Amino acid sequence: MTNRLEIKNLKSFFFLDEGVVKAVNGVDITVGDQETIGVIGESGCGKSVMAQSILRLVQPPGEIVKGTAVLKRKDGTEVDIFSFEPNSADLRSIRGNDIAMVFQEPMTAFSPVYTIGHQISEMVALHTSLSRNEIREHVIRLLNRVGISNPAQRFDEYPHQLSGGMRQRAMIALALSCNPKIVLADEPTTALDVTIQAQILDLMKELQREEDMSIVYITHNMAVIAETVDRVYVMYLGQVVESTTTEELFANPLHPYTQRLVRSIPRPGQRVDKLEVISGTVPIPMDLSPQCGFFSRCPEAIAGQCNKMMPALTEKEEGHFVRCFLYSQETEQDDEWTNI
Amino acid sequence: MSGQISNLTEGKKILDVQGLTKHFEITKGIVKRVAGHVRAVDDVNLYVKAGETLSIVGESGCGKTTLGRCIVRAIEPTRGQVNLLVDDKWVDLTSLKGKELRAARRHFHMIFQDPYSSLDPRMTVLDIVKEPLVYNKLAQGNEARDIVLETLKVVGLEENHLRRYPHAFSGGQRQRIGIARSLVCNPQLIVCDESVSALDVSIQAQILNLLKDLQRDLNLSYIFIAHDLAVVEHISDRLAVMYVGKIVELANSDEIFSHPRHPYTEALLSAVPQPDPTRKSERIILPGEVANPANPPSGCYFHPRCLYATEECRKETPQWREVAPEHYVACHHADQLQLKGMI
Repeated sequence: MTNRLEIKNLKSFFFLDEGVVKAVNGVDITVGDQETIGVIGESGCGKSVMAQSILRLVQPPGEIVKGTAVLKRKDGTEVDIFSFEPNSADLRSIRGNDIAMVFQEPMTAFSPVYTIGHQISEMVALHTSLSRNEIREHVIRLLNRVGISNPAQRFDEYPHQLSGGMRQRAMIALALSCNPKIVLADEPTTALDVTIQAQILDLMKELQREEDMSIVYITHNMAVIAETVDRVYVMYLGQVVESTTTEELFANPLHPYTQRLVRSIPRPGQRVDKLEVISGTVPIPMDLSPQCGFFSRCPEAIAGQCNKMMPALTEKEEGHFVRCFLYSQETEQDDEWTNI
Repeated sequence: MSGQISNLTEGKKILDVQGLTKHFEITKGIVKRVAGHVRAVDDVNLYVKAGETLSIVGESGCGKTTLGRCIVRAIEPTRGQVNLLVDDKWVDLTSLKGKELRAARRHFHMIFQDPYSSLDPRMTVLDIVKEPLVYNKLAQGNEARDIVLETLKVVGLEENHLRRYPHAFSGGQRQRIGIARSLVCNPQLIVCDESVSALDVSIQAQILNLLKDLQRDLNLSYIFIAHDLAVVEHISDRLAVMYVGKIVELANSDEIFSHPRHPYTEALLSAVPQPDPTRKSERIILPGEVANPANPPSGCYFHPRCLYATEECRKETPQWREVAPEHYVACHHADQLQLKGMI
């Protein structure tokens, strides 16, 4: 396998009393060596559940019902993350060690009652056999590495004593503490100011180069995507509706949703009187029938086709995949989960 | 575009803020001894004309929300004047008390950031939007209901929404309810505090368009507080940049985006990510973090992070001056520096 991580046909459903929420409904994603990929979508499109599924963090009533996630581990062996028992030792050895996660809100992701140093040390202690003093040195070096001034003092401080940007840096230090090869960053800069966002994005880029990491950015911010990632997956209602390189996505978006999404963002220097809008809102992904998820909002929808069948993700141009009947008549294969 | 701006320059002022200051006391110990002051808003001067949008931008903690709240007197300013033109007479909002203040409140209103926590979950849409009308004794009963319905239609909601509770609405619709509530008394000035930050991009575009349409139709003035500069560039006529409680630059929005005069504005603009992968902008990464408003640096507050700081900046506080027509800046070197804009 040439890719570090290959996710195929991932389905994560939430079984509620009111019905089944198909939060992630058949997603394929690959992450190559040192690649930066972006997953973009509006709230409720399933991007966060997708990321949590990779680390098996989805809690009941949520469940991964289908799919494979083949990971090339640091030692070169290949494993399917979804084949492990929940809470098994194998799974714990992957979390933080091979794949780490940077969460959106560093204030809620850190425990307020332990020091920053303690929380990072905990992870290092779990995955390595260093002594206490060695761990402390390692963590201080990490804090210094991510640009926290006076790291020896910060080691013994609590999360509330740090500013938002500092806390996010500590979060990154935590994610990097065991040299993971893949970092999942779920909205890593959404809670930060632009100037701090610029610092953090630069830091991630620099660390990626030096530490040989692949990064998966999960965000709703098109501008962050445009500036940082190589390849983009656009998600809508639990599915990937388009995937291609960043340049291609902005220059030549194919899916009607992507086209409108790209045009609905205000662009500095190109003031328009009216922004293009996508009418309506994202439907609740509950008890979905097999039809194109964008049907209810799509001005180019073909009645009788788009509301009857689910289009398949097909390769329109080389490396440019789109899920829309405007480009291909292929329909998605039904499986045992389609009609529940 | 240029036509629109010249109209605005002719528009008359409806809000004039003079020397507005808010210092929060830091108290210590049992006797609540005053140990210092957080200078959240420090000697701010600005004005807003009829039918225009003045945006206030800055990093978190710079005091932009406190400034907005002082203007609508949601918190008491320490000193300064907030003059609002009410029925062709200037009224200083800071001097009003009790009944007078309540009577004046219907001329200005606020739209909040989070559409989830700013609406009472136990009130129906009708009650939420009607409340200001009843409170100000402008209408009652069926008359009030009719006004509410009309306002809801203006913001894009329908009659069958009247009896529903906020939880039944999406984020964008809730923000529309908040806008309806602020419009119902026919105010002249609306303070939008991060009103679109919590919304998704496609919904954000809907709300921005709605705000623009309302402004055109009702000749509203907005004070738009935001941190997203792309949104700000889209909506504002004039722009104020705040840093540690002070406005450091204030001018026509196009002018600031193309020719900033303050080094902080330049850095802020360069940090904005651009939705265009072919354009690799030269980012200025500001070292360090925003100064602590309880213990600000000497001289110009920005000097420890400024690329162009000199000895003068460390010692003397720069004056607030007009460097070009309607272009105000507080920087010692505004005349010499050649700063890069965004467009």
